Order: sequence, then C-alpha cells, then structure tokens
Amino acid sequence: MVGSSVSGATAREAVVSLRGVTKRFPGVVANDRVSIDFRPGEVHVLLGENGAGKSTLVAMLAGLQRPDEGGIVVGGEPIDISSPRKALDLGIGTVFQHSMLVPSLSLVDNFILGGPWWKRPDRAGAAERMRARAESIGVRLDPFALAGSLSLGERQQAEIVRALMRGNRCLILDEATAMLTPRDAEQLGALMCRLAAGGLAVVFITHKLDEAIAWGDRISVLRRGRNVASLGPEDLKAGDVAAVTAGLVRTMFGADAADGTRGPEGRRRATPAGPVVLAAGDLAIDDDAVPVSGVGFTIRAGEILGIAGIDGNGQKQLAEALAGQRPIRAGSLTLNGRPIDRAGVGERRALGLRYVTDDRLGEGTVGPFSVATNLVLKQIGEAPFWRKGVEQPAAIADHARRRVGAFDVRTPGVGTPVARLSGGNIQKVLLARELTGTAEAVVFAKPTYGLDVRNTHATRGRIREAAEAGCAVLLISTDIGELLELADRIAVMSRGRIVGTVDNDADARRRIGELMSGTTQ
Amino acid sequence: MGLFTEAFVASLVLGAVVAGVPLLLGGLGEQLSEKAGVLNIGLEGMMLIGAYAGFVLAYETGSAASGFLAGAAGGMAVAALMAVLCVRLGLNQIVIGIALTLGAEGITALLHNVRFATTYPRLDAPETLAIPVLSRIPVVGPALFDRPAIVYLAVLLVGIMIYVYRCTYLGIALQAAGDRPAALDAAGVDVVGTRTVAVLCTGLFAGLAGAFMSIVASGVFVPFMTHGNGFIGIVLAMLARGRPLRVLGGALLFGVCLSLTTALQVAGVDVPTDVIQMLPFATVMLVLVVAGRRASLPPALGSSYERGAR
Repeated sequence: MVGSSVSGATAREAVVSLRGVTKRFPGVVANDRVSIDFRPGEVHVLLGENGAGKSTLVAMLAGLQRPDEGGIVVGGEPIDISSPRKALDLGIGTVFQHSMLVPSLSLVDNFILGGPWWKRPDRAGAAERMRARAESIGVRLDPFALAGSLSLGERQQAEIVRALMRGNRCLILDEATAMLTPRDAEQLGALMCRLAAGGLAVVFITHKLDEAIAWGDRISVLRRGRNVASLGPEDLKAGDVAAVTAGLVRTMFGADAADGTRGPEGRRRATPAGPVVLAAGDLAIDDDAVPVSGVGFTIRAGEILGIAGIDGNGQKQLAEALAGQRPIRAGSLTLNGRPIDRAGVGERRALGLRYVTDDRLGEGTVGPFSVATNLVLKQIGEAPFWRKGVEQPAAIADHARRRVGAFDVRTPGVGTPVARLSGGNIQKVLLARELTGTAEAVVFAKPTYGLDVRNTHATRGRIREAAEAGCAVLLISTDIGELLELADRIAVMSRGRIVGTVDNDADARRRIGELMSGTTQ
Repeated sequence: MGLFTEAFVASLVLGAVVAGVPLLLGGLGEQLSEKAGVLNIGLEGMMLIGAYAGFVLAYETGSAASGFLAGAAGGMAVAALMAVLCVRLGLNQIVIGIALTLGAEGITALLHNVRFATTYPRLDAPETLAIPVLSRIPVVGPALFDRPAIVYLAVLLVGIMIYVYRCTYLGIALQAAGDRPAALDAAGVDVVGTRTVAVLCTGLFAGLAGAFMSIVASGVFVPFMTHGNGFIGIVLAMLARGRPLRVLGGALLFGVCLSLTTALQVAGVDVPTDVIQMLPFATVMLVLVVAGRRASLPPALGSSYERGAR
C-alpha cells in the first residue's frame, strides 16, 4: 500500500502551501513558522503528539482560524481563507475529528446543507449524485439514512464523500482514525491511497506512527508547534520500517540531541533498595474509550517509575484511579502494605498519596480562588487553617507566604487569583500543595506539559527532590527525554495495558521506541 | 348529561379557539427559535408588548389589521433586542429572557397607566370572515368558521411551518443550527444570521399572539394580561419538539382547559373559579409528566455559538 501513487508525482506543483505560518493563543504558540507544501497525488501525513499544533493548522486551512503571521498559498496565489465557505470554494474540504454531520438530519440533508434558503432542495437529485460519487470511490451509503443512526466509520465515509462532492483539490482528514475500529481504519487508509492516486492532495493528520508509515507518501512531523522534520517518498521507501519508526519516534518526542535543555540521559543512580511503598497488582479500570486492565507495578521508596506511551493510552485513567478519583474495578493497590483500593481521595491523601494532575486549572486548582486558598484546598476544615469550623485567614496567608517562597512561585501576592498566574506558576502552586507535608508516594501526570524551558527545569528538579526525600514517584509523561532523564525504570503503556518495562540504561531509548510502536510484539 | 347543552358546547368551542390561538402562535414561534438553538424565555414579554402595541394602534386607527401589524412589529422589536444580546453577544439566554419578560411587564403596565388608567377604552369586536357552508354547521359552525381572518392565518401558519421545516433549505439550516451549529458553520452558513432570523420570526409570531389577545379575545388592554400564556407556549414547543401539528393539538387542549371557566359558568355549574383557573397549569404538569420525559431538546439549545470554540 505504501506510496502506491507517487511515481512521477514529486515534480507536481503544490496545490496548497503553508508559508511561515505562526498562530498564537494566550500563553501558547500553537504554530511557529510552519512551512509545508501539499502536492496533488500524495497522502501527506502530519504527525505529532497532542498539543503539537496539528489541529490549529487544520483550523487555519479550513477557515476556522486565521494565521497571525505568514500566509497560505492556494494554486500559486496567496489567499486569506477568511471563512469555512471560502475554504470550500477554494476546493479545500475538511473532515474534522469530531463529526460535522447533524445527527438529526438524513445524509442527503446534511449534504445539501448550506443551499440558498429560498430554493426548494432537490433531494432526489442530490441523493443520486451522492450515490454516484460514493460509488466512484468504492464506498456504499444510503442517502436517506439518519446521520445519527450510522456507525462512526460510515459517518466518516459519508463526510469524505461530502467533501469530495464540493469539487475538491485538497482533502484534509483530521485525526480520522482516532475513533475507528482497526478494520474501519484499514479501509480508510486504502480509501486515502485511492483518492491520492486519483490526483487529489490528501492531508492526513494523526499521532499514530504505524498509520503514518503505512499510508503516507510524505510525512511532516510537528512538535511544540514547529515542523521539526519532513520525510519525502524517497526517505520512506528507502529505509526499512524499523529504522523509519525509530527516526520518527526521536523527532516526535523530542529526545533528539538538538534540544539542549535536557540533562544527561541514562541511569540516574543505583536503584534504591528501600521498602516497597506503592504497589499495584492487575489493576482494571472501566472506561468507555480506553479501558485499563492488567496493570501492575511496584515502586520502592526513593524510586521513580516512568510511564511512557502516546497520549490517550490509558495514562489519565490510571492516574485518576490511583488518586481515588475513579473507581478501580479489579486488582489490588497498596500503600506501605496497606490496601487503599477502596479508600476515598481524602483518605489516600491522609495516608501520604499525592497526585499532581495535568489538568492544572480544571481539577488541580480553582481559578478564581486566591493562591493562598488553593494551597490549602485539600485541607479545608483542618487545623491550623480552620478552627472549630472557622477559617483562619492569618494562618492560611502565613502558610501561603512560606510555600510561595519555598517553591519560588512568581505571584503579585498570596491573595491573587490563581488563574491570573502563568501556567508554570500554577504548576508551582500545585507542586507546593502536593509535595508539602508527609508525602509517601506521588503520582505526576505530564508534569511539564505546556511549560516553558525554565519551568520545565524547575519542575523536574522538584520531582527529583521528592524521590531523594524518600517518596515513591510514578511519573507519567509523553516526553521520552524527560523519562530518560528522571526515571529509574520505564514502563510503556499502550491501549490500556503495560506492554513492557525497561531499566533506564543506555539501551532504554531504543527498547521504549520499539515497545511504543509495537514492533517487538 | 344535562351539562352538554348546545350553549355549553358552543361556548366551549369558541373559548377554546379564542384561548388557543395565542398559544398556537406563541408555541409555533418558540418552536422555531428552539429549533435553531435559542431558548426564548422572553416569549411572554414579546406577547405582552405585542398586546399593548396592537391595542394602541387598533384603538387609534380603528383598524384591527393595523393593530396586528403594530403587534407584530412590537414583538419583533423585543426579539431584536434578544437577538443582539443572546445571539450576537452570546449572553445567557435564560437570564435575558427573564429580564425581557419582566421589563415588558413593567413598561406596558406603566404606559397603560399613563394613557388608559382612567378611561379603560374598549375596542369593537373585529370583523369576522365567515367561510361559506362550513360556518352554517349547527352548534360549532359559527364558533369555528365565522372568526376573524387572523384565526385562519394562525392555522394556515401550521402548514407553512411544516413546509418550511420539511421542504426548504431554510428548514434544514434551522435544524442544524440547533443540533450542531459547528456543522452549519462548516457548511458555509452563518449560524448567527440563521439564529437571528429565527428569533425575529419568534418575535413576530409572539407579537401577533399578544395582539390577538388584546384586539380579538378581550378588546381591552389590561396590565399583565398575557397571564402565563407565553410560558405555556414554551411548554408546548418543548413537548412538540419539531412538529408544528403537535403545537396545534396542544394549543387546542390547553385552549379547552382555559375556556372551561367560562363554559362552566354558562352551564351554571358552581365550581370556584380559582379551581377552574388552575386547570391549564395542572394540565401542563400532567402532560409534562406523561410526555415530557421523552421530549428530547436540540443539543445546542441554550448555548451561544462561537466559531472555533470547543
């Protein structure tokens, strides 16, 4: 299936080009001077982690967002894609990650949506054209079926047919396989290759390596908003799959040498031989999207166990279950030998289990509350901050000033609402709260996600300190470099299971890459 | 058996029509805006402004038709305010709706006090349009088929709305605006524009409903005269979901309940009026319990649309 359509296509002019596109959102640069050409007759894969800026690129091509700097060139002319309609008129059709079909309308009504309101729609004619177009790409659909009654795969095929019916030059598929069954995904891949062979420029956005390699004629890797690597058909066809995979893992997760902000890699120090603090056995956690099962590990005092894996493979579910925010269906969980799998959040915290969430403003802190209040959020009602049910503002403020000093939180004052701080400082508040007191075991979920270099460095320092102070640390991260820098052992999670655990030695990177891309199974 | 005299049946049917038409117009309007994803709690206020504006112009010009035009315009003016605040600026639809209703109650009561508090003028009954043959059906004929033109228009509107929802691009766009506005936007249709049109039409219908109450049903304007009719209209729209015919059925059911008061008095039954006046509201609750559980509302109802927001 690989590159079935590329022969002689490389010389073709690009239909759509991004030229130095930059897009900023408050506090984040979503895209940083991205330049990519999309050529007809190719499946061009945009590969990157969550938050790498893929969706923002799609939104700009689809007319939902406009670039702050740089521009988009369509058919050789610089064009401002000011609205979704403009994008459609230019022949850029997008199939979004979240279905853009109205569930309560039939497929044919969905297709003719947007016609001039005073006209009477010609449903029979539209249905006929739909059937014909669908047949031409080898897809079958019933135009009068209610969109909401179709399977996800069927809906997606319908959306592709719809995009093509608007006379397309370029078809964008945003995370198209994210919710498909493997079979449906396989069909979609074959369809993409057929469409490209028909002369269309297909842009396929994904974070799955195997899909990118199987179906892509060309791959552009995005990381932290930048286009960090581009592979052409010659690279993809020449190397063997394992070598290409290894290269992509390196660029995707930023463990390459070009990134000089990281510390030395390799084993941190001799594995501590302290007592086992946190132990999980055969944990099973219910979840509609990613059920977790058969997860087991032990962490000794002073040890850091890393959990690697592509985001959305059950890490969040595991972290929440450990913290007590989500029920554990089966399996055992002990803290210092004491079973805590039935204990509530407060009880686990009292026993010394701490959870530093990755959703800092959503569940970690209460935005409009002051820094001081957020620092005692999990001790409401406890002395010395509350006495006989009455809040003690002086004690709370005093405590806050000491914590702010110790954790170097940059805030105008302890009374400042926490939402006004930068992401890095919110993280420091969170760390200050969770690492204060008698912590026995700490779960970190993507602790440096979205932080700048300095705050990343400071946060990693805290994680190391926690371990050195004798805590058992579980570090969940999607950044392999971070895990290699901090962890003693690294477990790889995939589809809700731990697929392997490796010691953090000189060979760790290669073996993690293999486990992540599934080439060792 | 003595209850069902000719006079009783005739006054019951007539009362049901008179009480049902405002509910029908209001319900159809609310249904339209809910379909497009705007929960219009201000329906009562729109009706009240329509009732006052309609009354004033009908009184000044002596023409019921110009009264209805003024009522429609008054309702649309309130709707325009709602469209700006809720659809364009994305403010909370429930809060704005309540504010508009309370504001309309205050303004109409004040204006009425200033102009008519001492005189209490009464309008002549508007001309009726008798439909040949049908109006000569015994007992119910005059009550159903010898009514002012607006009554037939209201019933005709049911058919028009069915046609719009089923057979036009506008109907498809309205449905999408309430169900998945992002899909409508992606199809290149202005979501804010579509919803604005829907809200303005709601105002038009509600204004007509109010004007009907002051010009046809009572012939006078009294402060707070819409009496919860707007809220019953909202309930009707919720129960009927997307079906205009169900609004018609519901309006007739509630119309019968409302008119029972007069009809029972005509029949000489001695029941406290307070009890009978509770009837429509008791019916609302009963119907909600029976049918309301399955009434699914548009997913995007009540939330404003902003492009690119997730």
